Amino acid sequence: MSSKVRTDHVLTRGTVIIDVEACKGCDLCIDACKPGVLTMTELLRNERGYRFPELEAGCTACRACAQICPDFVFQVWKFDEPVEMMRGPVPSSRSGERATA
Amino acid sequence: MTTEPVTLRERPSGRMVDDFKPSLMVAGQHGLCAGCGEPIALRSVVEIIEELALVTRSVAVFGIGCYTAFSGNFDVEALQALHGRAPSLATGVKRAKPETIVFTVQGDGDMVNEGLQEVIHAAARGERITCVLLNNGVFGETGGHMTATTVLGQRTKNTLDGRDKDLHGFPILISNLLAQLEGAVYVARGAVNSAGNVARTRRMLKRAFELQAAGAGFTFVEILTMCPTGWFIETGEAPDYLDEHLAAVHTIGVVKDTADPG
Amino acid sequence: MTRRLVEGSEAIAEAMVAAGCRFFSGYPMTPFTEVLEHMARLLPDVGGVCMNAESELEAVGMAWGAASTGTRSATGSVGQGLSLMQESLSEICHARLPLVVLNMARGQGDYYQATRGGGHGDYRHIVLAPSDIPEAVRLAQLAFDLADRWRNPVMFLGDYYLAHVQEAVEISPLEFPPLPAKDWGLDGSSGGTGAARMISPIARNKRGDPEYIDHGAHLGLIADAVRAMAEGVEPLAEVIGADDAELIVVAYGTPGRYVRFVVEELRREGLPVGMVRPITLWPFPTELIESLATGDRAFAVYELNTGQMFDDVRLAVLGRCPVEFIGGMSFDQSGFGIAPDLGVEPLRDRIRGTLDNARKERV
Repeated sequence: MSSKVRTDHVLTRGTVIIDVEACKGCDLCIDACKPGVLTMTELLRNERGYRFPELEAGCTACRACAQICPDFVFQVWKFDEPVEMMRGPVPSSRSGERATA
Repeated sequence: MTTEPVTLRERPSGRMVDDFKPSLMVAGQHGLCAGCGEPIALRSVVEIIEELALVTRSVAVFGIGCYTAFSGNFDVEALQALHGRAPSLATGVKRAKPETIVFTVQGDGDMVNEGLQEVIHAAARGERITCVLLNNGVFGETGGHMTATTVLGQRTKNTLDGRDKDLHGFPILISNLLAQLEGAVYVARGAVNSAGNVARTRRMLKRAFELQAAGAGFTFVEILTMCPTGWFIETGEAPDYLDEHLAAVHTIGVVKDTADPG
Repeated sequence: MTRRLVEGSEAIAEAMVAAGCRFFSGYPMTPFTEVLEHMARLLPDVGGVCMNAESELEAVGMAWGAASTGTRSATGSVGQGLSLMQESLSEICHARLPLVVLNMARGQGDYYQATRGGGHGDYRHIVLAPSDIPEAVRLAQLAFDLADRWRNPVMFLGDYYLAHVQEAVEISPLEFPPLPAKDWGLDGSSGGTGAARMISPIARNKRGDPEYIDHGAHLGLIADAVRAMAEGVEPLAEVIGADDAELIVVAYGTPGRYVRFVVEELRREGLPVGMVRPITLWPFPTELIESLATGDRAFAVYELNTGQMFDDVRLAVLGRCPVEFIGGMSFDQSGFGIAPDLGVEPLRDRIRGTLDNARKERV
């Protein structure tokens, strides 16, 4: 679990690549995410018109999102060493292209 | 198919721990509804087969329902059966080729309505197959109608005021029914409405397939899945709905494990 | 191998095992039950499996599963039990699987069920109808060859008499031309290769397959396969006295045996009668009958039902000659298909009467 004391940084153990175009906006990942680092977009939509999740710092690479997602949206990466990452959105999490066939 | 993460300003080194989809699934894209629990369950099934190194021995026998699309989407040998008939086909495969690992994939309408006789007989015979039930309490593919597992009060297309015991009788708790048969050696009920339940369900699947590989007898894993479309609710509400309605009646847990005295 | 006195059910079972049948599933029903008993006794000794299915529906399902592994498989029942199996039988055709299906029928009322199929959609079974036990022994083996060759169910249409009469037969394996290997058979081994096998009535191949075709195209290929079977399977029939016959009697199965006896007797007495006994009921020997429907000839159809093969004979004759139905339902109190009207004397009378009528109408 991330520290309860709010600082500018949060210990981050991994990251996810999000296949934005595969998402059907079902929201299951949001509640499944233990550190709570996924948030559904509100106005932003993918090409099919669905909202999709965005990642912020603090991912623990627990894989809950990947396991609960019905649409195979997540690819989960675990860092060799946890890093202190600046709080806020992780720009690398968005994938511009479909990652599945 | 696997891609490197897009470069961070300071990219830490790491490794992939979960790919978009299991390698035994041909395509991640499918036509099932948003929030459907079936792909979640099916992911666990193929991942367990891969983990146990059973893929070159496995034959999947599919029933008819929304999940039928996956008979063509698994890189596992597949035999497509008729609605309710997968257990008898699976029996034929296993008896003709006893060294194969044979499992069925069926919905509640398929298994507990049309095919109730077949699964009961297969369990009674101790047929060395694993039947996997995807239970969402509705006939999903035809639009969300009552099945034999629909719980009292559940609103479906043909029970708009909720299942009524006087009109429609009571649900069949199939895992509990099958557990009474001596030929059934492992019967468990899991769910995919939370990551924790997914993990629990994977352990149940693993045990079921291990027991089949050991020739122990009939194994059965029921997996409660979300069907927001059939339940007339938002996708985000489905996990709670499952807990409050389906799992309250079809309780999650290992119902029978004769190989485990504890 | 020596000839021995064997009951039909046992001879058929031995013939199936001799043909390499290694999976059988069935549900007891008179007069099919004895075949199941014999298969239960014979198969374990050759490393095969006989399943006592809990219902006809499960019997055909188990046979379907076994057949999909490439194992020579069979099931069966009587007409009523086959009625239960119809959905599965039509889907097994659509899945392009070999399967031998026995109908030890109660009478001849199942001709439509066998030749048209009682299931849904466009499909056909090859149908073989023996008239005595030595022929049954040959046709039971031919059934497995045809099923494998055409990847389609083959129905063996027997009856109560065939099941329970004893005859002296020699049961030895017949030789057939080589068959292609069953590389489509399921055994798990192609899993994980990117090209895992699939056997399905509703789809030809998996997603991602470079030769993927849709459901409509899949059904079209099945239709092509049926056409190929209709043209490629040799129709079989026994013919007597076709060259000089003024009246040709058409009959199949056990009644066909009686017709053969009566026709030969009448011919010895100088009467110009002949017989065509279809052995393949599908493909029906249409061209043969068509070629015989010439001049002043008349046809009579003898079957123990209200007139089913009668339609196929009329279709083959197509109005060129008169076709009269001289059969009819005949059941004793058992309902098991024992026909009190099946006899040499009544048949002689009917055939003679029909010949006289045909001559009068011509004049």
